[in-house]
Amino acid sequence: METKSIQYTLKDFKSDQAVRWCPGCGDYAVLNTMQKVMAEMGVAPHNTAVISGIGCSSRLPYYISGYGFHSIHGRGAAVATGVKVANPALTVWQITGDGDCLAIGGNHFIHSVRRNIDINVLLFNNQIYGLTKGQYSPTTKKGYVTKSSPFGTVERPFRPAELTFGAGGTFFGRVLDVDLKSSHKTMIAAAKHKGTSIVETLVNCVIFNDGAHSFLSEKATRYDRVIILEHGKPMIFGVNGDKGLVLDGFNLKVVTIGENGITENDILVHDAKCQDATLQLKLALMEGPEFPVALGVIRDVEAESYDEAVVNQIHEIQAKSKIKTFDDLIDSCEQWEM
Amino acid sequence: MSSNKTTELENVVVRFSGDSGDGMQLTGTLFSNLSAILGNEISTFPDFPSEIRAPQGTLGGVSGFQVHLGAAKIYTPGDDADVLVAMNPAALKVNAKGVKKGGVLIFDEDSFRKSDMEKAGFKTENPFEELNLSETIQLIPAPLSSLTQSSLEGFEMDAKSILRSKNMFALGLICWLFNRPVDQAVHFLENKFAKKKSILEANIKVLTDGYNYGGNLHLSVNTYKIEKSHDVPQGKYTSINGNKATAWGLIAASKKAGLELFLGSYPITPATDIMQELALRKDLGVKVIQAEDEIAGITTALGASFAGALAATSTSGPGLALKSEAIGLAVMAELPVVIVDVMRGGPSTGLPTKTEQTDLLQALYGRNGESPAVVIAASTPADSFHYAFMASKIALEHMTPVILLTDAFIGNGTSLWKLPKLAELPEIKPNKAQPGMEGLNVTARNEETKARYWSIPGIEGFNHRNGGLEKDYTTGAISTDPMNHQKMVDTRQAKVDYISNVIPELVVEGDASADLLVIGWGTTHGHLMTAVNALNKKGKKVALANFNYINPLPKNTEEIIKRYKKVIVCELNNGQFATYLRSKVPGEYLQYNKVQGQPFTVSELESHFETIL
Repeated sequence: METKSIQYTLKDFKSDQAVRWCPGCGDYAVLNTMQKVMAEMGVAPHNTAVISGIGCSSRLPYYISGYGFHSIHGRGAAVATGVKVANPALTVWQITGDGDCLAIGGNHFIHSVRRNIDINVLLFNNQIYGLTKGQYSPTTKKGYVTKSSPFGTVERPFRPAELTFGAGGTFFGRVLDVDLKSSHKTMIAAAKHKGTSIVETLVNCVIFNDGAHSFLSEKATRYDRVIILEHGKPMIFGVNGDKGLVLDGFNLKVVTIGENGITENDILVHDAKCQDATLQLKLALMEGPEFPVALGVIRDVEAESYDEAVVNQIHEIQAKSKIKTFDDLIDSCEQWEM
Repeated sequence: MSSNKTTELENVVVRFSGDSGDGMQLTGTLFSNLSAILGNEISTFPDFPSEIRAPQGTLGGVSGFQVHLGAAKIYTPGDDADVLVAMNPAALKVNAKGVKKGGVLIFDEDSFRKSDMEKAGFKTENPFEELNLSETIQLIPAPLSSLTQSSLEGFEMDAKSILRSKNMFALGLICWLFNRPVDQAVHFLENKFAKKKSILEANIKVLTDGYNYGGNLHLSVNTYKIEKSHDVPQGKYTSINGNKATAWGLIAASKKAGLELFLGSYPITPATDIMQELALRKDLGVKVIQAEDEIAGITTALGASFAGALAATSTSGPGLALKSEAIGLAVMAELPVVIVDVMRGGPSTGLPTKTEQTDLLQALYGRNGESPAVVIAASTPADSFHYAFMASKIALEHMTPVILLTDAFIGNGTSLWKLPKLAELPEIKPNKAQPGMEGLNVTARNEETKARYWSIPGIEGFNHRNGGLEKDYTTGAISTDPMNHQKMVDTRQAKVDYISNVIPELVVEGDASADLLVIGWGTTHGHLMTAVNALNKKGKKVALANFNYINPLPKNTEEIIKRYKKVIVCELNNGQFATYLRSKVPGEYLQYNKVQGQPFTVSELESHFETIL
């Protein structure tokens, strides 16, 4: 294995392929942050595998040096599972989009989360099908007009956090393409997490769904509309840093520090490591304008990873079994001379 | 001992039948295994309903197990039975047609009450007359249920468990009928019920009582004796079913190639046993994922293949359909993977527990684009080991998906298997990128075989991006260039075609100077061979060519076919291999087809061949 003594830079993770996303696409920022994170994690490019399905974001493996596999629509999670189980020493990233991951690949998504296979998943959510030119996706807001919903969708969207939590996820983070600092921190945590790390990356599709996240991303008001959660820190947000979250019965409530006798001590402290996901889910599902949208690491709990469990079980059985070789297996069967 | 006559037989067919809860599969397996140990050739065929427990006593719930044993070479589980064991009227009704004239019927009298007959749809109180059997077969009525009850008197068992042991009484009776000591059966039971002493004791008691009951029968029933087989090469043997042999063939290949074995699979009848067998072999380091669906079965395998494992997936027809797109990815990414299709009756869900050869064209062509894959087929339960091994060898050495076709008939059926040693098996040399080749492109290949070099994540100097998009022949970068696409399509085809250089030539069996060449593929070999042998014995000039390598075809295929005036292609579908052969070796082919969920019978083949000779 590589030691951390080798220092990698972002350049070490760039392939020789020119990036071919549309100018202004949110994916550029995520790619850049990802390469930075990879360099910082110190895993050599040749010990890294980046797996994807189909869609605009799924082109990403071509842009990263290391081993990459651009597979078929929806199946990235299953391919990544096979890679990691076959060689647990590899660091495996999965790149997927809202259509790839939650429509055609929905089954593989929930089952990889359920198994807790040790992969880092970047779920690019632009709420639209980009590569097929503008059809609604499972995360498109209800009523939204797209090429395949000319009169508005009549479907309720998925909330990726809800699926992740429902499948027993051990890591859920959310980032916004333009918010580089929190993206970087969240991806580092995802890379360090042992198990399936889901990072929902809210990205802007400039061509087919421009401004889908603009309510959040506008610079002037961004920090009134998002809250960056950090484990062990109070849930304070706002352009002026004067807003916070408290519990009101079973529900969350936004309060202003200094009003109605509220002090910083009244504000909830984020516990991403708490096994009970109740509060984390509430935080993950907050929506504007009443609530800020949560960014950062929302849940990050420890559990045995699937690949580890597979290997452990093999070692356990190997220690006990009398069958050590193929010839032993043959010898073990009921046999007779003829 | 009985004073009745003992007849010596070359071979015999016994069929056990009863409710699916009557334990007929176990009884049949025990009888065939103990016969094999006594030196007989064996071939077995279980025939069971897809319902786990259909209503008791109904036709739908009848489960059968046929075993063919003999002194001479045996290729099939046999057509009609010399001896039928029927545990109830439904079993009799389902199997009556399959009993030879002069055959023996052993039945459980206690289960032939009026209500039992009604359940089986008999209209009169004499089922034997109703089925026209009274004159043609010898009846051995035995009150199996009540005899079992009295046999186990004093045992601390509930009434249900006691009755469940009646299959052992039937086995004892059969052992008597064939002059086989019960010791071997006792030995098997000791292994099977090692941890359940009370069940073991009860089973042995009932088995022995069944045997003695036969000896005390004062009926004019002949008993039989079958000599040891004289055709088998010397060595150590076991009996094995095709699914287990397939699983073990994959394990042997992984050891020979020095790779980890990975199986991604999803439960599906009749292929599930392959996954279950491999899941047992953690001691040999086999990694098995029971995937969330068929697609994940193969795509996890492709991930494992990308990461450097010998990867496989096992399925049946409907699952193969779901895997099509991913097989196309394996073709495009030029990754080795073995896809085992244990064929069953189709289309759609079809006949899940019955046998057919109807997936051939799906295996050959069922993908988008020009998507050549290697297709091979096993012939017998035991040679499934060899073909699973060869499927892996070809996949790893030629960097291609290989589809291995077996079917319900050989997957569940058993035959004798000469135990191999790993050292005796052919070498497998995966087409890996070698040190010194650092920096090669993803499309770099061996110029002779056209096999792409396999560079494995975790090794420095071989970083690359693979995928389902077309790649440039030289640089490996994604490309939509028209001439490049043509070249890549041709290269992938040439790679598969090249394999005809490394597979064995087609062999003609029977009378090589024949007027009629019978062609079959895969699992019909046994029935075709037996029919051809029988005709040869009668002086008829017939030969057989049975294919195991289907894509590519053996190099001498055309030369052999052109030798014969008349050629007939026999298969358990409506003519898929005939269609394929016509496209590869144009000419006139007769066809003999059957799509009934059942194997051929030797007699139907024989009489058909006689009509066209």
